[in-house]
Amino acid sequence: MDHPVIRAELLRKVYGHGETELVALRDVSIEVARGEVAALLGPSGSGKSTLLTALGLLNLPERGRIWLDGCLTVDEGRAVADLSAVRRTRIGFVFQKANLIPFLTAEENVRLALQLNDQVGRRARERARELLHYLGLGDRGEHYPEQLSGGQQQRVAIARALANRPPLLLADEPTAALDSHRGRDVMELFRRIAHEQGAAVLVVTHDHRTLDVFDTIHEMEDGALTRRPPPVQPEAAP
Amino acid sequence: MNLAWRDIRRQGLRFVFTGLGLGLLFAIVLAMGGIYQGMVADATVLLDALPADLWVVQRDTRGPFAERSVVPRALEDRLRVLDGVASAETFTYATIQRGDVAHPVRIGVVGLSWPGVQGAALPLLSGRSLGAPHREMIVDQTLGLDLGARVPLGDELYDVVGVTKGFVSSGGDGLAFVTERDADAILGWMAPESSRLAGGQRPEVLPSAVLVRLLPGVDAAEVQARLVDWPDVTVWTAGEQRDLLLHGVIDKARQQIGLFRTLLSIVSAIIVALVLYNMTVAKSYEIALLKLMGARTRVIVGMILQQSLLLGAIGYAMAIAIGSVAFAHFPRRVLVGPTELVQLGVLVVVISVLASTAGIVRALRIPPTLILAG
Repeated sequence: MDHPVIRAELLRKVYGHGETELVALRDVSIEVARGEVAALLGPSGSGKSTLLTALGLLNLPERGRIWLDGCLTVDEGRAVADLSAVRRTRIGFVFQKANLIPFLTAEENVRLALQLNDQVGRRARERARELLHYLGLGDRGEHYPEQLSGGQQQRVAIARALANRPPLLLADEPTAALDSHRGRDVMELFRRIAHEQGAAVLVVTHDHRTLDVFDTIHEMEDGALTRRPPPVQPEAAP
Repeated sequence: MNLAWRDIRRQGLRFVFTGLGLGLLFAIVLAMGGIYQGMVADATVLLDALPADLWVVQRDTRGPFAERSVVPRALEDRLRVLDGVASAETFTYATIQRGDVAHPVRIGVVGLSWPGVQGAALPLLSGRSLGAPHREMIVDQTLGLDLGARVPLGDELYDVVGVTKGFVSSGGDGLAFVTERDADAILGWMAPESSRLAGGQRPEVLPSAVLVRLLPGVDAAEVQARLVDWPDVTVWTAGEQRDLLLHGVIDKARQQIGLFRTLLSIVSAIIVALVLYNMTVAKSYEIALLKLMGARTRVIVGMILQQSLLLGAIGYAMAIAIGSVAFAHFPRRVLVGPTELVQLGVLVVVISVLASTAGIVRALRIPPTLILAG
């Protein structure tokens, strides 16, 4: 493990006013280091997605600070950097649904992330193919999303998220639409990405069967974050 | 990788059919411009074909194309003796209507001063110019008369000896050229007074104007100034006669057509705006995803603007294709030249840019977090 890629300090987010006021984040602090795979657990409405969107610079908190790769990006709820540019270059997103662009092929969906970051041409194509190959989709590059299975679509989405080599990968229930076998494959893929590519990975999940994959487990309840020890990894058979 | 084009490719036929519908609208806009140019050409074709530096018409009138004008027959001789005048020929013009109520045929009868003017300047599709002082006529092809046909007008039969193309009045009626003597006979027979005169005697039909040609080097304005004091005539130069025709006779049509074009342009813009807005709404999630991935605003604006321009370009191409097939079958001449094509092109660009605004505003309001709600 290395220095934190993402560090948030005392984040506070409130929805509504008066009687309808709901505190989604109660002075939440969290950090995820390079090469670390962290899980974010919690019941529905506990504030997991709010925290994830705050860390992804999509939904700013009213209070608190966020550092990305050592740079302050949000200070007391105000953006102090070009958030679109930060998202484009430093954060990869994976969602419950793959959310691929339906009129682009798998390779083009990956290349899109590169193109948005001004990377086009032969090197971009090679990078997209390399990623698809890395994720076991080397022969699916010319397929459109509708021609791929749910698991394959999710892997294309992961390839897209990794295209610009972001130091931070945020995933919001990425296995919810997959069966348990494919869900575990995806979680192990995140672990491999974190360890091989040095990314910090934060995954919102409900799936307790895959918790052994994670280095760190955070749990949210009523907007507050607690950290619990990861389950004991089963000893490998001699 | 062009996102706008990829999205359009996905839409396929829907986009093409939208472009076709837009093409029909643009074709009408193009036709409006072409019809106006056709009217200008129709209105001035006779003027340009007649050899005249000055039009001498009835006092205080604007000439035979604008209103009724009659001049004394002796005017021809009075003008011929003026210094600087090369020739002076009478000219008779009136519109008559033949056929029955259900199928009326309107004919612009032009009386040429025989033998000075025989219609040699008229471009003939077939036949020849007038070769005899009596009972011969040259007709425009829009009248549907064949070479050699015999046409009863008044109490005479007239032989069609030549057929022209594009010689119609400002009202679109085909012209028939006869000698002035025959024009007198036709118009005299048609005149309502004729039935009231004893013994079948026809009323005298006076010329509409006298066409004056000047000697080389003679200033038309100077001769015109000399004739100001003549009590029974008003003199117009050929240029003034042309301006009177364009600004007086067809100006209302120009305004009407202009209004139509404006309305059609607004309708086209609204349609393009609706199409683009719906296309933008349909890909809200894709736009939210692009924003979430950090796409710059110009990428999203560019995508919608490009689609709008492409839709406009398809409509423009369709309009030209439709026009090239359909305009030839319009009852009035439709003249579409480079000016009309450039005008429509500029209009299409303006419409496309303006129409994309609604879609762009909508796209910019889509929050990137929308993708999480899906």
